[in-house]
Amino acid sequence: MPTITYIEFNGTSHSIEVENGLSVMEGAVNNNVPGIDADCGGSCACATCHVFVDEAWLGKCGTPDTQEKSMLGFAATAQANSRLACQITVSDALDGLVVRMPEAQH
Amino acid sequence: MTNQGPEPGIVIIGGGHAGGSAAAFLRQYGYKGPLTLVGTEPLLPYQRPPLSKAWLKGEATAESLALRPARFYVQQNVETRLGVTATALDREAHRVTLSDGSTLGYTKLVLALGSRARPLALPGRNLGGVMELRTAADADRLQAALKPGARLAVVGGGFIGLEVAASAMALGASATVIEREARVLARVACPALSAFVQDYHRARGVDVRLATGVEALEGEGGQVTGIRLADGGLVPCDLALIGVGALANDGLAQAAGLDCANGIVVDLAARTSDADIYAVGDCTNRPLPMYGQMVRLESVPNAIEQAKQAAADITGRAPPMPEIPWFWSDQFDLRLQMAGLPFGATQTVLRGVPDVAGFAVFHLGADDTVLAVEAINAPADFMAGRVLVAKQKQVAPGLLADLSSDMKTLAA
Repeated sequence: MPTITYIEFNGTSHSIEVENGLSVMEGAVNNNVPGIDADCGGSCACATCHVFVDEAWLGKCGTPDTQEKSMLGFAATAQANSRLACQITVSDALDGLVVRMPEAQH
Repeated sequence: MTNQGPEPGIVIIGGGHAGGSAAAFLRQYGYKGPLTLVGTEPLLPYQRPPLSKAWLKGEATAESLALRPARFYVQQNVETRLGVTATALDREAHRVTLSDGSTLGYTKLVLALGSRARPLALPGRNLGGVMELRTAADADRLQAALKPGARLAVVGGGFIGLEVAASAMALGASATVIEREARVLARVACPALSAFVQDYHRARGVDVRLATGVEALEGEGGQVTGIRLADGGLVPCDLALIGVGALANDGLAQAAGLDCANGIVVDLAARTSDADIYAVGDCTNRPLPMYGQMVRLESVPNAIEQAKQAAADITGRAPPMPEIPWFWSDQFDLRLQMAGLPFGATQTVLRGVPDVAGFAVFHLGADDTVLAVEAINAPADFMAGRVLVAKQKQVAPGLLADLSSDMKTLAA
């Protein structure tokens, strides 16, 4: 199973094995990683699973669609490497992925 | 606490989104003591929003519906008691009685009792094929009946009724929505949005009957066959869904003498009138300081926010950041997103033209403060509106209506 590393805003790191096919958001929620709320359950409606993807991995995470881009455009503290974790599907290609959490999801 | 043995710990009554989230946040926030989650349904906490949409259409699985996998509760040391209901609460003794006759002591109690479908006292209400939609079991019954060609009649043009009507059409069934008010979504949206949504449903084959009262459910051999309207007309159907709102499940709290008024009255730390009892989610009536009033919100974001409030207070953490109430709904290829509540709004501003390509309606106070936004297929306007509402920003209506004004600049 691919290992995803989630780093909280305070620096606390969680390396977790996440099943292929789940989203990066589900990997966090299923393991009680703080900082990813996912109010809408992964339907790209709320932007409460905002993460910063480590530059080296950005290309492997796919391209955000229009809906995600629109949501991210207004997320607090959005950057060029911002993604919604519910829109990134875990696969072997993402083994080792590192994502960082913003200070707050609002 | 007494010094007779170990503390009984925290008991959460209610296994929905609010209760499940409260358990997760308590552990996230460092609570290490005993934690018990009691749920009426036989399932671990799951997401209700997909029940009327993806789940009904067969596009979701039990795994994807679950809030968290079963192993989560083992790993996080949360004891689950499913399929039992709390029947009595003894605040003096700090003890809850469950429907199986057992009792649970608590140090702190979190009530996450949810809401139930508003009952409709109509003749024929107990006929076979007359349903409501609150639980996964309800959704399974509905799905089994929604075969291609089946005729669905929905009483109530709210979110649930419209979502199910849209799902029914996708499944090859037909749908009639009967609404008492002159427009759908009358309690939750502005007239412009209602008009667009009802036209959209009609254009996709849903028979939307407005300003139409219901007299009775008619049946044959114990099975529903139609809905008799107040004007004497009949809507023939094979199944009927009643979706006319929800009531807070505050009976247990009322019987125990907790302050209740259209739900269990709580403060911004989700505390009830008993220092050792918290309440979260649909069952509460909570303050919204931004609007200077108490509100009963039926939404997932509210359940999560209050779960955080309770967990933070119990574990002695700083309270979470206050949030703006928001809601979403998916119907056909429409995504409705709303943020804020239009209390005290005196102006509505349309941004864009009502079309599937996307538009939004902003609600402003007399001083141009943005109080609420309703968006359809316009996620950027929704997000910008959410920021504007949170900042209580004043924006000239003309600027909001002007599609050439950059929302990022306005929201900055």
